[in-house]
Amino acid sequence: MSWKDYIKQNMFPLFTCSGCTHGTVTNAFVRVADELKLDKDKTVIVCAIGCAGRIPTFLDFPVLRVTHGRALAFATGIKLSRPDVKVIALMGDGDALAIGGNHFIHAARRNIDITAIVSRNEIYGMTGGQYAPTTPPGARATTAPYGMLEPAFDTCKVAEGAGATYVARSDAYHVQHLQRTLKAALQHKGFAVVEVLTSCPTQFGRRNNLADPAKMLERIKEMTVTKAQAEKMTPEELAGKFVIGEFVNTSRPELTDIYAQAFAGMGV
Amino acid sequence: MGRSFHIEINTKWCKNCGICLAFCPQKVFTWDEKQRIVISYPEKCTGCLLCEYRCPDLAIEVRKVEEEESHE
Repeated sequence: MSWKDYIKQNMFPLFTCSGCTHGTVTNAFVRVADELKLDKDKTVIVCAIGCAGRIPTFLDFPVLRVTHGRALAFATGIKLSRPDVKVIALMGDGDALAIGGNHFIHAARRNIDITAIVSRNEIYGMTGGQYAPTTPPGARATTAPYGMLEPAFDTCKVAEGAGATYVARSDAYHVQHLQRTLKAALQHKGFAVVEVLTSCPTQFGRRNNLADPAKMLERIKEMTVTKAQAEKMTPEELAGKFVIGEFVNTSRPELTDIYAQAFAGMGV
Repeated sequence: MGRSFHIEINTKWCKNCGICLAFCPQKVFTWDEKQRIVISYPEKCTGCLLCEYRCPDLAIEVRKVEEEESHE
């Protein structure tokens, strides 16, 4: 087996724009899938709408593509009916945090054994460049012609606050770190969230003088700091920066185990 | 001394975004006159695999050339 066995090669090239680093997340994901030798008959990928939501249809797994924002809702259903199956939700930032924000916090609260990978490109790409809850203040979008006026979500803090037992952040520039992080998340039992900073040269870049894919990735390189670097920085220096690394790695009772225990011996 | 790494770009999948070119530590890639990526200096490749891992289109493969192969 190689990573190529985890993609539908006949569907390639990817539909994404030139330089869209959602593809880099896919690249890392299939390599980790190969490294962990994920059993395709025992793994389900759930995805919804958007650029990040469409990419999983190019992966050679059982893939369930659902309504906008509902990836985790359907993933919860799959996991509860088949606790033996590994469930992975691949989502975009708007999908996971805006339209599906409710499902996101409750999946974290329940600590259901699902791996949620959130690609944060800071914009709604497929629908035409509207601002997302992750768009940085000041950045331009079709619905923010004078620059984004609202503050952005910190996905990792939301996940941590809601009770996820594995929370980490990585990015499309530090690819080896990304692979290590995805590997750890996929091996975690409980609700695991990985936020991956990605770039959208078409919808975000063109409106913010960053249309060159390499420049967009350079921006990610510049705005990320490691946990060790962040400890030495003042809050002013950390403004606008993203800390990459693992924030939470704990364990507490997992939802399907709680259900199995509650109904043990009742023939349910 | 023969080159020790073979780089292959799947041109059907590549969208010429230039990420491999911009971030290659050895500057192995260059643009051609039609703004396509070309492997100009494969002998400089150290096999760090960063281009292969970063490629958003999964279009690059770097493999180590075996000793016998490089003598051919």
